[in-house]
Order: sequence, then C-alpha cells, then structure tokens
Amino acid sequence: MDDVKSKVLGILKDLTGEDFSDNLDENLYDSALLDSMGTVQLLLELQDQLGVSAPVSEFDRNEWNTPAKIIAKVEDAQ
Amino acid sequence: MRWYIPYGNPTYFLWLGLALIPLMIGLLYGHRFRGYQTLISLLFLVLTFGGPNWKTGISLIGYLIYQVLLVAAYSHYRQPKGSANRGWVFVLAVILAIVPLVIVKITPAVEGGRQSIIGFLGISYITFKVVQTIMETRDGMIKTFHPVLFGQFLLFFPTISSGPIDRYRRFLADYQKVPEQAAYLDMVQKGVRYIFQGFVYKFILAYFFGSILMPQIEMQAILAHGLSWSIVGYMYVYSMDLFFDFAGYSLFAVGISYLMGIKTPMNFNQPFKSKNIKDFWNRWHMTLSFWFRDYIFMRLVFFCMKHKIFKSRTTTANVCYVINMLIMGFWHGETWFYITYGLYHGFAMVINDAWLRFKKKHQAVIPHNKLTEALAIFITFNVVCFSFLIFSGFLNTLFFAPKPF
Repeated sequence: MDDVKSKVLGILKDLTGEDFSDNLDENLYDSALLDSMGTVQLLLELQDQLGVSAPVSEFDRNEWNTPAKIIAKVEDAQ
Repeated sequence: MRWYIPYGNPTYFLWLGLALIPLMIGLLYGHRFRGYQTLISLLFLVLTFGGPNWKTGISLIGYLIYQVLLVAAYSHYRQPKGSANRGWVFVLAVILAIVPLVIVKITPAVEGGRQSIIGFLGISYITFKVVQTIMETRDGMIKTFHPVLFGQFLLFFPTISSGPIDRYRRFLADYQKVPEQAAYLDMVQKGVRYIFQGFVYKFILAYFFGSILMPQIEMQAILAHGLSWSIVGYMYVYSMDLFFDFAGYSLFAVGISYLMGIKTPMNFNQPFKSKNIKDFWNRWHMTLSFWFRDYIFMRLVFFCMKHKIFKSRTTTANVCYVINMLIMGFWHGETWFYITYGLYHGFAMVINDAWLRFKKKHQAVIPHNKLTEALAIFITFNVVCFSFLIFSGFLNTLFFAPKPF
C-alpha cells in the first residue's frame, strides 16, 4: 500500500514540481497546480506505472482533487 | 391559448409558478410526484413547441425518437458484461448523434439563411446531452440504459432551450431522490433568489444595454461609415447585453430546477473579473466550456499523448486548444465570425499558456501585486470583449454585408 502512496506522490511531483508528502489534503485544482493537461498526464501515468485504467469520464474533479483522494482512488481500483 | 419562448415574459412565470406549487408541496413532504412532473413538463413543452411552432414540435419528437433509439442501440452493444468495445462503433455512434445538428447548422450557410426543417429551439443543447451519454457509456460509467429516464434527462424543460448542460449521472441522482426537508428548503431559498437575480439581469440590465443603448450606438457606428469610436462603444454594450441576457436566462433555468429539487449546475461565475483567459473559461458559460473540456479537449489530449503524436507536452496542449475552440466556433454556426471567434480563443489560450510558463520561469523578476492583478483583469476583459465584437457579427454588418442604400 505504501508503494501506491509513494508512486502517486512521485507522479504528482513530476507533474507539479511539488512534494505533497506533508500536504496530502492540498486541493490541486484550487491552487492551480493541476489543469486539464496535467489531469490527463496523471491518468496516463497511473495507467503506466500502477496499471489503473481510469477513463476520462470517471474523473470527477471533486473526487480527485487532493493527493490523499487520488491515493484512495488508486487503492480502491487495484 | 398563447405560446411562449421559455422565460420570455411575465405570464410564463405566472403559469410556471402555479404549475410548480403541487410539485413543491410534494417535495417538501418527501415525495416526488413523478407523473405530475411529467405532465407539467409536457405542458410547458407544448407551450414552447406547439401552436405556430408546431412544425418544430414535430421535429423535436422525431429527433427524440431517433436519439433514444441510437443510444439504446449503442448501450445494447456496449453495456453487457464482457461486451465488445470497438473504436469505429463508438465513432459511428457519435457521428450519427451529431448528424441532425450538423444538418441544422449547415443548411442556413448553403441555402442563403433558410433554416432547416428538422431544426427546433434547443437542438444543440440536447445534442450535447446525447453525445456525452454515448461517451460515458463507452467508458463504462453509465451501466444501464432506461429510455424513459433518458427521455426525462433530454427533455428536462427548464433547461431545454439554452442549457445549462447537465450530466446524465448527476441529473439522475437528483431525479431519483427527494432531498431532506431542510436541504430542500435551502434549495427553494436559493432558487427564488436566483430567479429574482435573473429578473434584474434580464429584464432590467439586459433591457437597458440591449434595447436602449444598443440601437443608438449601432446607428452611430453605421452612420460613421468605417472605423469609429462607436464600434468600441458597441463592443462594450454588446458584451454587457450578452452577459446579462444569457446569465439572466441561466439563473431562471437553475432557479426553476432548484424549485423542482434538481441541482442544475451554474453557468456563470463573475466572468468579468477573470485574471486570464483560462480563468475566464472557468467562469463563462461554464457548462459549455466544461463540456468541451471533458468531452473534447481532455479526450483529444489523452489520445495524442497515448499515441505519442507530438513530442512535447506544450505542442500537444496548443494543438488541442486550437482544435477544441475551433469546434466550439463551428458549433456556434457556419459563419466567418463564429469560426474566427473560436480560433481567436484557441490562440488566446496558447498565448496565455506561453505567458504563464514565462512568468513561472522568471518568477523572481516579474512583480506580482494588486496593481498587476488589476492590469491582468483589465487586459482579459478587453480581450474577451473584443472576441464578443467578432462574435456579434456586427463587423460583418458594417464592412461586408451588402449595403441597403
């Protein structure tokens, strides 16, 4: 499980340039760290690195807006 | 008997208020009278598509049958467990879904302004709902197809003529439940406030800008023969009219939905205080721009990145911005000014992104304070108003249309 967490945080770090280890509840859209482009990259990376295939329409911004929520979603999907 | 365009005049609101009372009492006491809701929906659809508009009513019925059959067929293909998911079947389904709209949009352009006989008020907005349903069915997010519920979604009368564009799963969740009493009372309170705000926007402010100021400044601009400051005046007046008219309509549609216990999403969020063009599209005609974002832009980006069509992320984003906005331009209509409007916004997004990258790189030297924010809002406002001047078609009237004298 910790593996998922570190991988997701790694992906987010690549995308936004920030380390969220201590800010798991930061809202990625409110702080404009993630936009539609970044979101798609995130989905593709999740697919490549973790084998989670989330289609674009699965992606509800209110459910995927913090690192903690993304980690939970990925763990659910696995 | 009289016939009405939705929210067009005070009598329409009077009928609406009377018709909604029984439904509201039901909702307040924990019941949604589905049969009654269907009945008044049909009644208000008849008020809009009946009488002198009966031909468009027939078109609407034909269109509805066509789309329900289409989505039923695609759902039948895609929804069973372990079903096939071929790309071409999906593409074919989407093409078939937009064919009627394409015909309606192209007919005036090739037949000298004559409207297609299969058109009706609100066809573009229903088409958005159909297409997104097909896409989410493909993604496996919509797992069951129910023709009556789908019909309720497509024909939800408060939003039928011009949106806001709701989402099937979201709408269905609201439609199938009754809110708690306290939550419903809160919705009623908000709904009433939106409707009154809509009155101020549409019948006072849009009337002032659109029916009082606009004809005067239009005349001045035409009499000036060529470039004049009146065109600049027209640009601002038109922009204000467009906003208050459309935001006013949207407030009515959202307000009435709330009274019916349906949380139709908001369409505007103070767009004129946007700090950049991206911010603007997150605040202006939001259900349309989010539709384009979710069903065109993101899918296009996904496709391009997955198949590594472009080397860089920036190129991918830029190409997709322009295509996305260009499609939006074509959606508005097949005239040079709508298409230019789309391209203009596509390139505005490209420039905006380039600026944001530049700013991030030179964070240390580029100042950021209240003054620069005000400047950003001022620039965005003018970029947007200029796009509305293009959109208005007034430049076409001034410089390209045949002169009447």
